[in-house]
Amino acid sequence: MSGFRLPAPSGSRLNRAVELSFTFDGRAHRAFSGDTIASALLASGERLAGRSFKLHRPRGIFSCGVEEPNAIVDVMRDGRRHPNARATCVEVEEGLAAEPVNCRPSLRFDAGALTGLISSLVPAGFYYKTFKWPSWRFFEPSIRRMAGLGRVELTADRDRYDEVNVSVDVAVIGAGCSGLAAAISAAEAGARVLLMSSAPVLGGTLAWADAQAIAPLASKVRDLGVQVLTRTTAFGLYDHNLVCAREFLASPATGAVRERLWKIRAGSVIAAAGAFERPMVFPDNDRPGVMLAGAADKYAHAYGVACGRRAVIAANCDRAYAVARSLAARGIEIEAIVDRRKESEVDAGARSGAVAKHVLFDSVIRAVRGARGVRGCAAGPADSSGGRALSLDCDLILSAGGLTPAVHLHSQAGGKLEWLQESAMFVPAGAHAGVASVGACAGIFEREVAMEHAAAVAAAMVRGELAPMLPARGIGRSLENTHDAGLRGKQYVDLQNDVTANDIKLAVRENYRSVELVKRYTTTGMGTDQGKTSNVNAIAIMADQTRLSTAEVGTTKFRPPFVPISMGLIASRRAGALFRPLKRLTAQEWHQQCGGSFEEYGGWWRPASYPRPGESVESAARREARMTREAVGLFDGSPLGKLEVVGPDAGRFLDLMYVGTLSTLAVGRSRYGLLLHESGVIADDGVVARLGPRSFWVTTSSGGAERTAAAFDEWLQCEYPDMKVLVTPVTSSWDNVTLAGPKAWRVLEAAGVSPQLSPASCAHMSLRNAVIDGIEARVLRASFSGELGYEIYVPAGSAAALFARLHAIAAALGGTPYGVEALQIMRVEKGYIHIGTDTDGTTLPGDIGLASGVAKKQANFVGRRSLLQPASRDPDRLQLVGLIAADKRTLLPIGAQIAKTSPPSAGEGYITSSVHSDALGYPVSLVMLARGTERLGETVRAFHLGKPFTATVVDRRFFDPAGSRLNG
Amino acid sequence: MMRLPCPWCGECDEIEFVYGGPSALLRPALEASDETWGRYLYFRANVKGPSLERWRHAYGCGQWFDIRRDSATHRVLAAFKFGEVVPQSDESAP
Repeated sequence: MSGFRLPAPSGSRLNRAVELSFTFDGRAHRAFSGDTIASALLASGERLAGRSFKLHRPRGIFSCGVEEPNAIVDVMRDGRRHPNARATCVEVEEGLAAEPVNCRPSLRFDAGALTGLISSLVPAGFYYKTFKWPSWRFFEPSIRRMAGLGRVELTADRDRYDEVNVSVDVAVIGAGCSGLAAAISAAEAGARVLLMSSAPVLGGTLAWADAQAIAPLASKVRDLGVQVLTRTTAFGLYDHNLVCAREFLASPATGAVRERLWKIRAGSVIAAAGAFERPMVFPDNDRPGVMLAGAADKYAHAYGVACGRRAVIAANCDRAYAVARSLAARGIEIEAIVDRRKESEVDAGARSGAVAKHVLFDSVIRAVRGARGVRGCAAGPADSSGGRALSLDCDLILSAGGLTPAVHLHSQAGGKLEWLQESAMFVPAGAHAGVASVGACAGIFEREVAMEHAAAVAAAMVRGELAPMLPARGIGRSLENTHDAGLRGKQYVDLQNDVTANDIKLAVRENYRSVELVKRYTTTGMGTDQGKTSNVNAIAIMADQTRLSTAEVGTTKFRPPFVPISMGLIASRRAGALFRPLKRLTAQEWHQQCGGSFEEYGGWWRPASYPRPGESVESAARREARMTREAVGLFDGSPLGKLEVVGPDAGRFLDLMYVGTLSTLAVGRSRYGLLLHESGVIADDGVVARLGPRSFWVTTSSGGAERTAAAFDEWLQCEYPDMKVLVTPVTSSWDNVTLAGPKAWRVLEAAGVSPQLSPASCAHMSLRNAVIDGIEARVLRASFSGELGYEIYVPAGSAAALFARLHAIAAALGGTPYGVEALQIMRVEKGYIHIGTDTDGTTLPGDIGLASGVAKKQANFVGRRSLLQPASRDPDRLQLVGLIAADKRTLLPIGAQIAKTSPPSAGEGYITSSVHSDALGYPVSLVMLARGTERLGETVRAFHLGKPFTATVVDRRFFDPAGSRLNG
Repeated sequence: MMRLPCPWCGECDEIEFVYGGPSALLRPALEASDETWGRYLYFRANVKGPSLERWRHAYGCGQWFDIRRDSATHRVLAAFKFGEVVPQSDESAP
């Protein structure tokens, strides 16, 4: 037991009237409303809060904010797990359960701690070293097992998130005295201002240190109509002043929004994000009971918690003395202040009225007693060669190494940093257009000066002027390097990733000179805290070792996010059904009544097949293909892309777009068209029909509607602005009812369709206008199944009625509705390609046997020049051919690689489509095979997931190669 | 996320636009050598600094246009409708 609850008035954030209960590591704890998990644990005397990442050393609560490296917990509310939260930031809710991470079986007894025994064998860069010797594969399983912190729930995230977009003149980030002053000044100048605070209350440090000073500022902010967001943290500043922030909603009701993503487009951004305290580096500085001095001060005032009874302060800045006085006033005994600096470097005014029993200068903490909680320490002169150490009894060691301005937003905006030697900190150098830093994050620490500057900055920015700069000031002297190389024991720099001063020295000895590389090699600053407490210490040690100045070493790049954010927040409402909304058929209900089993195909929700009782999706598809070939089938082809291309130059334009020549089409006739990219690669295919002298009806693949329309538009706008052509996408205006099979005409005939559409008078690839049951239709005789086929285009919404009418007739003739899977069976049997399935981003027309169209056409078209390139004419290119398993029984797996010997070996191609064909009596596949068309009859080997197959290369027109069934 | 000035609709968020690569790429004559054609297809200067590029306001008016943008700072320097005279510069050439 060490920490305890202080009586009121300590604890300005608490509402002691409301008591809450929660659990930590399975044990019950009490808290007051306003407590964080960390403050409640400290109040109940809990010292162990977690285990370190690599060596599983026992760790306590180290900070009082987002910089926390140790107290990482998984938080459970209503059975929902939220992993890797900082216990210092999570407000206790009734019934909340927190679990420490990275310890098994329990926090108190952690088997992983055995790693500590072999720590000398796990040096900096261990992970990388295993790549070279002995073998990464040997270590990978154990490293993988140890990696990671909290547990991720494998079920869908049931918490709700929301997203808000706003636009303001000025966004002020941070609501300490500087942020408040800036917000007031901007609002008084007439700007629309948004002010955000990570804390539940305004005022920053002063909210608990000097509440009286804050109250009038906070009420003025509200009076001026400033939009105020609390519990809101800006995690990124993106291009053109887009601030992204996360808002936690306080104790939302079950099912209500828990986190909100704010996307704030701001004319000006004012960063008033404050500063972090820098820890001291000394042996065993990671023991539970060692923490940041400012954190202990905040726990005492804001949360009414004494973190210990007797404290030793390890100091490297004048601020330590103020903290000592403040804590002493709350009854915490100050055993000693161990100042790293010489007496002459300490500001005399700052240390006046010292409350400590001992004040040692030019001294360091040489050793810490107590592995699971501080019991005392030894302090003595910094130069370890001599001088006696003083043994001190204490249960708390407070680290006050100086301050580190939170320059993240300035840096994310592209602002440069400057090293301030005297106070050992990086501060913003110069203003950046539209972004300015004020207060502690600009290195300005005197309250009045900072507030005056912040107000001036805000006023200037509202006027559109550059923010006035002020030299960093008001913090006194801090040494850059606080660690004493001569001392024994682990001196931690990065607590979360277990990086010691020796690790950084080792990296430098191994000749790492770039701060970015040392970071990655040692993993310092790479934890979820992103080195908020460790970066400056790591850089200082690196500078010391390389004999470079700290300014020369520089700092690593600051990247968003500033705090870890949940994936759910980024997804916001774009999850589940709204992730990618499905496109639906107008006749969906009719398909459902027919027993359609739906799946997504290219964004469309379509029937895969219509299983009857006892049938699977696949066996139903095989039956549907059989029935269509024997009698007739009905298919919903509405997703086919449709474009109307009209104008005097429409024919000439389509000639340029397609491999085929379309301007010579007679009205009422259609032709297959292949659309290429300028690189010659196949972009899409479809049928183009001529509606009239100046108008064409273009169909595209179901997935290619948007890209075909976009390509047409791009060529018209960018290359042929003088052509008189209008392209209108009409995909969603027309349904498509497709009828295929030898009895297709009999169905239409029975439905009363004009005999002009009979196969005898309406040739294959003809388009006719017709009226079916009073519905105006465009009927195209085309076929993707190889059977007599009619594609009947009717106005959107009419498909269901037409399906019902035709199905009634077809069913009596042995017909059936068929889904996408049966269509796939039939088109593979015919060897027809499906763009995107058999082709990819490298496929040229010649690869799929359509080179003759290219050769025939003399005029230019998109992609033609590229088809003449040597690479396009390489005889070794992959070509689409048929493939049948040697045993004529095995369904060859899609994706199987063709090769002479088992992989890894040189591949010769791969299988793109595979179906069970009842029409043929055996399964058939399509394969992209090197020099495929020259290899018909050859036996090849295919490999899939370690399994070999033997197969024969054949012509891909498996079924009805002569095409005699097309006319019924 | 940038804000881009559509010459027809005004400034809008980047998500409304589609990037179309560097503008002022000159298509060589069809008789050009294979190497010249290959360079036209696949080689880009990847300019750091002011660069002239094509964008389409895909989820707006659908129009293509040119902007001059500093690729290092993302500052948009000028926008041009198609047909407007764009100051020539060789920055997009390979």
